Amino acid sequence: ALGATAAALVLPQAARAAIDEAVAAFTGGAEIGSEGITLTAPEIAENGNTVPIEVDAPGAVSIIVLAGGNPSPGVVTFNFGPLAAEQRASTRIRLATTQDVHAIAKLADGRFVQTSSEVKVTIGGCGG
Amino acid sequence: GSWSRLAAQQRLTQSDLIGTSGPGTLTVIHVTDIHAQTVPLWFREPEVNLGVGDAVGRPPHLTGAAFRAEFGIEKGSALDYALTYEDFVALGRTYGRMGGLDRIATVVKAIRAERPDALLLDGGDTWQGSLPALKTQGADMVKLFRALGTNAMTSHFEFTLGIDRVTEIVENELGFPFLAANAYDTTWDEPAYPAFELFERAGTKVAVIGQAFPYLPIANPKWLFPDLSFGIRKDRLASVVDEVRAGGAEVVILLSHNGFDVDRKIAADVPGIDVILTGHTHDAIPEPVQVGQTFLIASGSHGKFVSRVDIDVDGGAMKGLTHRLIPIFSDVIAPDPEMAALVEETRAPFKAEMSEVLGKADGLLYRRGNFNGTWDDLICDALLTERDAEIALSPGFRWGSSVMPGEDITREHVFNATAMSYPQAYRTEMTGETLKTVLEDVADNLFNQDPYYQQGGDMVRVGGMGYRIDIHAKIGARLSDMTLLSTGEAIDPTRSYVVAGWASVNEGTEGPPIWDVVEAHIRNKGTVSPSPNTSVVVAG
Amino acid sequence: MAENVTPRVRVPKTAKAGEAVTIKSLISHTMESGQRRDKDGNLVPRSIINRFTADFNGTNVIDVTIEPAVSTNPYFEFQATVPESGAFAFTWYDDDGSVYKENVEITVA
Ligand SMILES: [Mn+2]
Ligand SMILES: [Mn+2]
Repeated sequence: ALGATAAALVLPQAARAAIDEAVAAFTGGAEIGSEGITLTAPEIAENGNTVPIEVDAPGAVSIIVLAGGNPSPGVVTFNFGPLAAEQRASTRIRLATTQDVHAIAKLADGRFVQTSSEVKVTIGGCGG
Repeated sequence: GSWSRLAAQQRLTQSDLIGTSGPGTLTVIHVTDIHAQTVPLWFREPEVNLGVGDAVGRPPHLTGAAFRAEFGIEKGSALDYALTYEDFVALGRTYGRMGGLDRIATVVKAIRAERPDALLLDGGDTWQGSLPALKTQGADMVKLFRALGTNAMTSHFEFTLGIDRVTEIVENELGFPFLAANAYDTTWDEPAYPAFELFERAGTKVAVIGQAFPYLPIANPKWLFPDLSFGIRKDRLASVVDEVRAGGAEVVILLSHNGFDVDRKIAADVPGIDVILTGHTHDAIPEPVQVGQTFLIASGSHGKFVSRVDIDVDGGAMKGLTHRLIPIFSDVIAPDPEMAALVEETRAPFKAEMSEVLGKADGLLYRRGNFNGTWDDLICDALLTERDAEIALSPGFRWGSSVMPGEDITREHVFNATAMSYPQAYRTEMTGETLKTVLEDVADNLFNQDPYYQQGGDMVRVGGMGYRIDIHAKIGARLSDMTLLSTGEAIDPTRSYVVAGWASVNEGTEGPPIWDVVEAHIRNKGTVSPSPNTSVVVAG
Repeated sequence: MAENVTPRVRVPKTAKAGEAVTIKSLISHTMESGQRRDKDGNLVPRSIINRFTADFNGTNVIDVTIEPAVSTNPYFEFQATVPESGAFAFTWYDDDGSVYKENVEITVA
């Protein structure tokens, strides 16, 4: 796709702040661990308008997904009910540019855990 | 001269080339990336094939003398000619053209005479790359690979025929499994093709898992197969390996179109794969590359090589293997008459069209390499001249035959370098900034430190512009000193430039097909005189 | 009410008691983000599906809060426990106040 738009690669300060704010709103400022949550996303988006992701955090009450490189960081929040067999869900999201996608889970015991995964949004073309 | 050629060829015999079996009794034959080349051709291997990250200086990122040193190949030998680029013209005149499906058929039949159970596996990029394949929508190649006795294949450029044609072939014409563990439908996220086929051969249960090119919707026009998603999907691959092992597979083979560096990482990330038959990056490596308990086999491209793998199985598991990369010297290996007739039949309707002479080359035309080859320069010159542009962009395709100095350039040669389903030669304006963004993006898809971010093409070829590149830098910082060659001035980020190119992945791209542009240019020039391209400087 | 909004779900017809089943849901919807401009340069107003819920026999399985960064035709896949025969109730909530529902029965053998 020669001629597509440019990719911003350094997260502007404002976007970083927006992410921090969204995280704080979800966690209430609690400490965040890193074990027990998985975010599966493609290395390179086939289409930035529809990027498949899956989050999995056994025992989570809810999982929030954030994308700081988008115009606003919120993406989706999964709240798991009593009949959720696993605390795992998939969806498809929009990514404006190459960025880290973040997932933060609130566990049943009130702890928070997070992970992130970089998804590259490329112009593409010119394969071999 | 003819004396040295005769002497060289007398030292080579068909039976020496094909060899005999190793200790293993399960025999697998691998061909890949034939790009619809059915008759012997000239094909020069890369001079520049740079590795990054962990791959620096390791196969396949070795060329010329370093390649010879790694594998103990004598300079000027037949294998040197087949596997490296140096003295290509002189050695070519000695050892002759390589490939040809009729010669490959001879090799396959010879192996099967000894091992009737031998599996023949095709790594894909089979149905695209020639005028007959383009005009028959791959029908010629499907017919030939059926006749060859292919047992399974995976894919890449196959999908550029469009999903309807692929479906038609897979359902009605192919006659053997079309495997892709990593192809999913985009609506319900369910597997679009069978992931594997279980064979029982030589008393052994062997699973062949297919892995199509992961970056199809990015590197090729996704509108041609809008409902498919690919990706590496290593977790899926791991679960398929578990599934086939649970189903009794004693040997697990991954028939892959990932590209070599991606497969090297897969071998480390996904346990339980015995052999990866790699494809896409067109590397020919004379020995298996071992990663943990997995062996990677790279069998080249364009029909230049056939790999024979003899696997020793004992107690329900692979104990070891021997690999022979068989070079298809067309003057040494006798054509199989049946296949020769079939190849002739598929070419006959297009023979007059293909053999038309368009001009002459007074130097070698070749494409393979990370940066511009002389074929690319010719295509870029054609775009600059015929489409009246300041800058030309040509994709980093790795396919296309070479043309020897003094040889007539025929229409077949041009199609060998350009035949595909999105050939429109566009003409547009781009700012200097956009040009930089495009080149940085492509460079990152080639030189990213992490193989899973490498799409395995070569760098986009550029005409009318020079640049300097540090391949080890990060995206956005690799390119510098972008210069408009016609004026010698630095590219201005804010100025608009007239850019011509082809093979855009965008739907609705307009322009004449690139082969018409190149043909007109060659006819106008009469004789094409390639010269070394010094406008790209590789730093670091 | 937005046009051509069609919900679709994939639920197995049968399950064993207490078994986890995979549910896939999709609703055709443009998911106008509110950040896009039309050809005259004016912002196109936001109009999205902002919430999706799945319940089984009145008990919640999943309740999803959706932002404009979720793609066109929002897709969700998740795992539900099915304790007895009954019906899944899926509900999508549109910014424009529309509510779309789909019920699917499942038999526990
Ligand atoms: Mn190829
Ligand atoms: Mn390929």
